[in-house]
Amino acid sequence: MTGAAIEPPAIQRTKGPLRRALDRFIENRAARAGLFIVIPVVIAVVTYHWWWPYAPNAIDLKAMNKGPSATHWLGSDGVGRDVFARLLQGGRISLVVAVCSVAISIVIGFLVGAIASFGGRVVDATAMRFVDLAMTLPPVIFLLVLASIAGTGIAPTILVISLLSWPVLSRMVRARLLELRERDFVVAARGMGAGLPHLLFRHGLPNCIDILVVYATLQIANAILLEAGLSFLGLGIAPPEASWGNMLNLARSTVVLEQYPWQWMFPGAALVLTVLAINFIGDGLRDAFDPRSDLN
Amino acid sequence: MNAPDPYLSVRNLTKHFAPTAFSRGPVVKALQDISFNIPRGQVVGLVGESGSGKTTIGRSVLRLIEPTSGEIRFDGKDILTLGAGDLRRQRRNMQYIFQDPFASLSPRMTIGQILTEGLDIQRIGNRAERRARAEKALAAVELPVDAYDRYAHEFSGGQRQRIGIARALTLEPEFIVADEPVSALDVSIQAQVINLLRDLQLQLGLTMLFISHDLAVVEYICDTVIVLYLGRIMEIAPAASLYARPQHPYTQALLSAIPSPDPRKRSKRQILKGDIPSPANPPSGCVFRTRCPHAIEACAGVVPGLRETEAGHLKACIRDDIPA
Repeated sequence: MTGAAIEPPAIQRTKGPLRRALDRFIENRAARAGLFIVIPVVIAVVTYHWWWPYAPNAIDLKAMNKGPSATHWLGSDGVGRDVFARLLQGGRISLVVAVCSVAISIVIGFLVGAIASFGGRVVDATAMRFVDLAMTLPPVIFLLVLASIAGTGIAPTILVISLLSWPVLSRMVRARLLELRERDFVVAARGMGAGLPHLLFRHGLPNCIDILVVYATLQIANAILLEAGLSFLGLGIAPPEASWGNMLNLARSTVVLEQYPWQWMFPGAALVLTVLAINFIGDGLRDAFDPRSDLN
Repeated sequence: MNAPDPYLSVRNLTKHFAPTAFSRGPVVKALQDISFNIPRGQVVGLVGESGSGKTTIGRSVLRLIEPTSGEIRFDGKDILTLGAGDLRRQRRNMQYIFQDPFASLSPRMTIGQILTEGLDIQRIGNRAERRARAEKALAAVELPVDAYDRYAHEFSGGQRQRIGIARALTLEPEFIVADEPVSALDVSIQAQVINLLRDLQLQLGLTMLFISHDLAVVEYICDTVIVLYLGRIMEIAPAASLYARPQHPYTQALLSAIPSPDPRKRSKRQILKGDIPSPANPPSGCVFRTRCPHAIEACAGVVPGLRETEAGHLKACIRDDIPA
């Protein structure tokens, strides 16, 4: 027992918790595969109008219901519109709807969860009963009713999807913050006079970032599916605007289903591949953020 | 104990944990009628078994939990009646050092962010001034300045505990509650951290409430010692007097359990029977009577108040004929 402070000669400089999670994510093979699919899809969807000669709603009267060819790579549909252009435009709409609705539902979900956990017993009970209510509504019927009230188009679709998906997140956030509230470093912050905004945004948010990121990724995949489902039913994105869902809608006709498979197969494949890839990424992120993997 | 104006004065502090509207269960009487004073610049030790309410006192005094009733005065100001803004300003003067150095530092913040957090909350100084104060605090706890940009997981337990101490110091408080600051550390590191705390206390003239169950550490660092049992004070005395002449049977039993380094001076151990009773259902009268070797029938009847038996030496026991 010497009184002098004996330090190990040099402390190994290591990365912050977020960097370590990202490193683990990059090592995950499925997640890398997911990125490998999603990144080109996103780039193509965002930039296609600069390099693809056909507009999604431009009609080529010489090519109606024509199969894939050198000019129309993925063929054309019944009124001579280029399937590839519509596919990319549909992807653009799907991604916009998914990203916006997830962003909205994350904000609502985080705030509701945060207020429930830090607001005291009465606020918590009220907010959570409200969440229970929102969760017990049968989702498909709720969607149909909301969509029929809100109408079709991009903005109503975003609204409908985001209103449906925040309750689960707010529960997860609440559970995390309830636990966090009693942790010593949060008590220390309170002891230094921290108010609610400081606690929520300096401690709550950084410690929920794993939940939020994983939720966002998986929910984007989910939102793409919801949007496709709604559009397929004619309640989401209305024609002539393209979306993967309303392109699939064409397959309801037996003639299209049997004789012009390129008109529904490519949007279907794009939907499956993208959702699958995003799910891989989400799973990879979840594993990367798992606190147990910190122990290695 | 009747100094003219104590820095901290606690009067009839009581904390009951009641079941919520949605749960059943008894009311847990964690603290009952706790009163004590801490003069400016002194270190008062709070000892007792697990579950005796030490941490509850420490946190109540800083109003980190709301007491059920009582009065807590800093320099005459009752902090239980302060409004939000006044309380926030008062918090600059009172800080807490935590027991577990692994739970008390946020894993997602750098040491710099942890140390400047209080200054940030209290809006003291600009960025550079905050950094300067944090670095000063790092130097005060003998850590290298380049710790500033690191994360807590890069440090050992003893280093983390010193970071926790540095955090308490950045606001330059007058009063610190040290809640078992060394019990989670290795014995060799304990001595370092205790000496550091002692030096800082003397240098900065800090007033301190030192919570511990390690009687040797308390004897070393404290001026006055409060012995706590099941949410009630058993004995308050200056450290020298308490260790030389413990008067309460509980204190006597506690002190007899300190191992002596001298094998020839083997004192008779007094082993207490049974466990500490549940604070949800404490014994009537003296809470210690169920385990007290000197208990008599009258002990069940009245709750013994604190009485002064020597100058500054108070005990809560109705018997005066107990052999020391």
